[in-house]
Amino acid sequence: MARITLDHIRHAYGIRPSAPNDYALREVNHEWKDGGAYALLGPSGCGKTTLLNIISGLLQPSEGHILFDGEDVTDLPPEARNIAQVFQFPVIYDTMTVYDNLAFPLRNRGVAEPEVDRRVREILEMIDLSSWAKKTARGLTADQKQKISLGRGLVRNDVNAILFDEPLTVIDPHMKWVLRSQLKKLHRQFGFTMVYVTHDQTEALTFADKVVVMYDGQIVQIGTPAELFERPSHTFVGYFIGSPGMNVLPMQLDGTRAIVGGESVELGFAPAVAAATRLELGIRPEFLRIGREGHPVRIDKVEDIGRHKIVRATFAGQSVAAVLSEEDEVPADARIAFDPMAINIYADSWRVERGA
Amino acid sequence: MEKTWNNKAWFMVLPVLLLVAFSAVIPLMTVVNYSVQDTFGNNQFFWAGTDWFTQVLDSARFWDSLVRNLIFSAVILAIEIPLGILIALNMPRKGLGVPVCLVLMALPLLIPWNVVGTIWQLLCRVDIGLLGWGLSKLGLRFAYAADPVDAWVTIIVMDVWHWTSLVVLLSYAGLVSIPEAYYQAARIDGASRWAVFRYIQLPKMKRVLLIAILLRFMDSFMIYTEPFVVTGGGPGSSTTFLSIDLVKMAIGQFDLGPAAAMSIIYFLIVLLFSWIFYTVMTRGDQA
Repeated sequence: MARITLDHIRHAYGIRPSAPNDYALREVNHEWKDGGAYALLGPSGCGKTTLLNIISGLLQPSEGHILFDGEDVTDLPPEARNIAQVFQFPVIYDTMTVYDNLAFPLRNRGVAEPEVDRRVREILEMIDLSSWAKKTARGLTADQKQKISLGRGLVRNDVNAILFDEPLTVIDPHMKWVLRSQLKKLHRQFGFTMVYVTHDQTEALTFADKVVVMYDGQIVQIGTPAELFERPSHTFVGYFIGSPGMNVLPMQLDGTRAIVGGESVELGFAPAVAAATRLELGIRPEFLRIGREGHPVRIDKVEDIGRHKIVRATFAGQSVAAVLSEEDEVPADARIAFDPMAINIYADSWRVERGA
Repeated sequence: MEKTWNNKAWFMVLPVLLLVAFSAVIPLMTVVNYSVQDTFGNNQFFWAGTDWFTQVLDSARFWDSLVRNLIFSAVILAIEIPLGILIALNMPRKGLGVPVCLVLMALPLLIPWNVVGTIWQLLCRVDIGLLGWGLSKLGLRFAYAADPVDAWVTIIVMDVWHWTSLVVLLSYAGLVSIPEAYYQAARIDGASRWAVFRYIQLPKMKRVLLIAILLRFMDSFMIYTEPFVVTGGGPGSSTTFLSIDLVKMAIGQFDLGPAAAMSIIYFLIVLLFSWIFYTVMTRGDQA
């Protein structure tokens, strides 16, 4: 297993990139620690698969270097990088048996047959397919095929990292849970460095220790699920994570108070922002309280989704969403209150740190 | 849910049934009719039973044509299938080269068969043909009309030129349908070029190759126009394949009974071989 260093990586698919928009991946400069479980989360086309393919070596970055444990592997082809990659659609060699599928990467590298046998049996045990060893891989279900793709990566000794490219797309919903928890278990047991690409926030948040949120070719935030929830560093993270996403309201600043469409909201701190920046107030629906206190609000709709209620309302001309628990009543002349500790201020979409 | 049966729906297939009846079933039954009767013209028929079948199966002429035809088909498959795959593997996957290659490949397929025969007959002529003239200038004696080997070489080269494209196009279609992830996974697994071909490309091409082999077998086994135009079945009877023999018998000698019997035997052979190819190549698919 290895520590992965992404040293000023940029990538453009075109030949001569000039504007920042020509880059599919805009400057990524991070270090991912050994044995970590990282999820790359973002909408389609945000560059997450590009980044993954750069790590695996299927793509050469236009600029920058990639290091495994401090060793530069930028120019190494994928077969020399000792990585495993599981693709969106299960890749299996369907004329071979399950056993031969797993033995394939070892035999390609000229590993002696007794060692091949030992490793393959170990992996079969690990991915729970021992009883299928002699069967042709063709007849397996999608989740079993994905496990074989994974196994083909694990079978090599000291794999540097296991990369997943939306591996659960074609898996039945009930099997997704099973497979995901098996992945978690493998991670805890063997401490592989795992990088997992997905556009599904639930998948990312349950799988990873650290979620890497990508947007428009750049990494906008790397954080634990809790950090992404409480302190989204970019309004995009606010929108993208959470259901419903964060309320983002255009505002003006007046000392320690935010002016949102004529209503004045107490912040409890004075954000340090330059003049003439576009300011926004962000607050998660979970921290808005609908009751008899606070600012006047018009309730548009109450959606009861079982565990809680989602209130759609209009506050100072802006539509906002609030999450209420099942017992909470929505009074006739409802008012809305902001939890000052849960308010984030964004200047040109980026979060402003709370001063002391 | 209860399945509803509406037998009136069968009427919907009636037009197709009529069409197939006129184009296939009735001619076939006519042939069966001829094959068990004897006629001297004047629309007078006599019952002949299985006499014609025995006669055909006992004749050396039939077996000679059959063996010639089997060798021809075997050579054609042995050359066109690997060559077609090889060309398809080396065709570009994107860019301007794709349409250019595809059009070039499709060209021979668009030429009518008798024209193909004429082209090659002219091409190989020693007096005015570019190829025949060129070969003779190089000091090679090449006479497709006199030398059986030269005649065979000419017909085989012509068929390869005419039909390899079909195998190429089918194989290419099979190849481009393989998702990129397979190649990426193979790279990560450290697979050699040969392993990629053996374990990814070949299995994924299996279905189209089955079609290519069946089509190429049936067509080459029934080849008529091109050898008829180029060699006329000669020299001697060295390129007299079953179909040429059949036409000689039916039109040239007006032996309708034996010709009909031979047609049916011919048909059954094609059916048998196609079935064998199909069974062998799809074996294990259900496993």
